[in-house]
Amino acid sequence: MTAGGPDLPTDGEPVDRRERLALASARVPFRLKVAVVWVAIFAVLVAFFWLSRFDTDWMLDNLEFIALGLRFTIQMAVGGIVLAVVLAGLGALGRLSSNPVAYGISGFYVSFFRGTPLIVQMFLIYLAMPQVAGNIVSEYPGIPVEYANAFILNAILAGTIALGLNYGAYMTEIFRAGIQSVAGGQGEAADALGMTHAQKMRKVVLPQAFRVVIPPTGNEFIAMMKDTALVSFLGVTAVQAEIFRRAQLAGKADFKNLEAYVLAAGLYWALTALFTFFQARLERRVSRGYVRLPSSSSRPAEQAGGH
Amino acid sequence: MAASGRAGEPVVRVRGLHKRFGHLEVLRGIDMELHQGEVMVIFGRSGSGKSTLLRCVNFLEDPTEGTVEVAGFRLGGGHRTKRKREQIRQLRLHVGMVFQQFNLFPQMTVLENVMSGPMCVRGRDERQIRAEATELLESVGLADKADEHPIRLSGGQQQRVAIARALAMKPEVMLFDEPTSALDPELTGEVLAVMKRLATELHMPMMVVTHEMGFAREVADRMAFFHEGVILEQGPPEQLFDNTQTTETRKFLDAVL
Repeated sequence: MTAGGPDLPTDGEPVDRRERLALASARVPFRLKVAVVWVAIFAVLVAFFWLSRFDTDWMLDNLEFIALGLRFTIQMAVGGIVLAVVLAGLGALGRLSSNPVAYGISGFYVSFFRGTPLIVQMFLIYLAMPQVAGNIVSEYPGIPVEYANAFILNAILAGTIALGLNYGAYMTEIFRAGIQSVAGGQGEAADALGMTHAQKMRKVVLPQAFRVVIPPTGNEFIAMMKDTALVSFLGVTAVQAEIFRRAQLAGKADFKNLEAYVLAAGLYWALTALFTFFQARLERRVSRGYVRLPSSSSRPAEQAGGH
Repeated sequence: MAASGRAGEPVVRVRGLHKRFGHLEVLRGIDMELHQGEVMVIFGRSGSGKSTLLRCVNFLEDPTEGTVEVAGFRLGGGHRTKRKREQIRQLRLHVGMVFQQFNLFPQMTVLENVMSGPMCVRGRDERQIRAEATELLESVGLADKADEHPIRLSGGQQQRVAIARALAMKPEVMLFDEPTSALDPELTGEVLAVMKRLATELHMPMMVVTHEMGFAREVADRMAFFHEGVILEQGPPEQLFDNTQTTETRKFLDAVL
C-alpha cells in the first residue's frame, strides 16, 4: 500500500505496519532515542578497541602520567581565556571608539593577531622576543641586563600569552558584535534618563551584550583548551608537559602511539564535555529576563505522540 | 529642580528648529512653547516630523539649526564637545521620555528599571529611591509586578512601567512618542488612563505624539498638526476638531476619526 493513496481513512485504526510503527515510535521520548544512538556508537567503538587489540593495560598504566598534563592544559587555557577576555573587552571598546588612537591600536591588534598563525606567534614570543630584548640591551649598555632576561619566558607562560593574544583578537570581534547587537532603543532609553556614557555601558549595554557573547566565548574557550597542545612544539620539559606532549613521550617510548593518543583525545574530550555542562548552566542563568516562562528542560521534540 | 516654580515661563521653548538628514529636511522651521501644566498633542502623517521634534527636545537628535530651551538650558546643534555632552545630559535630567517600543531594560526587574535613572544620579540613597520607585509602581497599578522581568508583562503593563521609570527622575516635562502605537487595542486604555491622571492630577506638562483622538479631545490643551516639517495648524481641540482651518488638517482628521 502506498502512502497518500486517494482513499485515506479519516481516523481510527492505523492502516498498515509502517504507520503503526511510526505511532509507536512517537511515544518513545526523544531523549531516550538519542541515548540509544550514543550507546550504539560507544558499542561500536569498544568493539573496534577490542578487535584492534588495544593494550588497555598499557593505557591504565600510563593514564596517570598523561592525565597529570591536565594541570598545565587547564592552567594555560584558563590563563589564556582570562587574558583574551580582557584584551577583547578593551579591543571591542577600541573598535567602537571615535578616538582615532584607540581605534587604530585595536584595529592593528586584531589585524595582526588574526592574520598570523598561532604557532608563529608562540615562537615569536618564546624565541624572538628574548632575542630582540638581548639585542637592545647590548646596543644600549645603560639598560640593565635583567630587563632583557625578563623576556626569557618558560614555554608554558609564553604559550599562555600567545593563546591570550591570539584568541583575544578573535574575541574582540565577537565582543564588538555583541555590543552592537544591543538594540538601539536601549541606548536611547539610557540617554533619555540622563545616564552618562559610562553608566549606559555599565548598566544597560554591557549586561545585555554579555548574554549574547557567552555562547561564542565558550566556543572560543573550548577551541583554546585544545590549542594548548601547540605549546608542546616549543619544547617543554617532560615535567611541565601538557596532555599532548605527555602522550607523545609515552607513546613513542613504548611504541603505543594509538593508545597514547586515544587517551589524550579522551582527556581533551572529557574536559570539553565538563565545560559545556557548566556553560549551559551559565547561559540559563543569564537568560532570565528573556524567557517568558520559568525554564523547563524539555526538548522541542518531546511532544506527546497520538492518542 | 526648583524650576517648576517659574510661573509664566514656558517649560519648553523651541526656536527656529530645522532638522536635516542628509538632503531630507524633516523639520523646516518649528517655533513653539509649552507652558506649565499644558498638554500638547502633536499629530500628523508619518514622516511629517512629529517624532523628530520630540527627539530634538531631549537631543536624541541634534538640531541642524535653531535652539531648544528646557529647564534653563538653551542648546543648539553642532559638534558635541565634552562640555556640550554634559549640558545635554543635564537637560535630559529634567525631561522624561516614553518610547513607542517601551525600551525597558530586559535584564533588570520592573523595580530596578524604575530605579535605574535615579540610581545613576544619586545612587547613595538607595533606600529612598527604592521607596519612591515602589510608590510610583503603585500609582501605575503595578506594585505586584515589582520583582518580575519586563518580558513577563503585557505591552500595556510594560508601557506603564516605562512611564513610572521616566517619572522617577522627577522631570519637568514628559515627552510621549506614540506611547500606544505598539499596543494591542484593548491595552491602550490603561496607558492612556495613566497619562490622563498625570495631566489632570499632577499637571505635568506633556508633549504627546499620538493618533488617539479621543485622548486628544479629552485631555489636550492644545493640538498641533504637523505637515511636511512645519506646524500647519494649532489650537485648542475644539478648534481643531470643529472649526478646522486648513484642508490638509481636515483630510487627516477625516481619515483617522
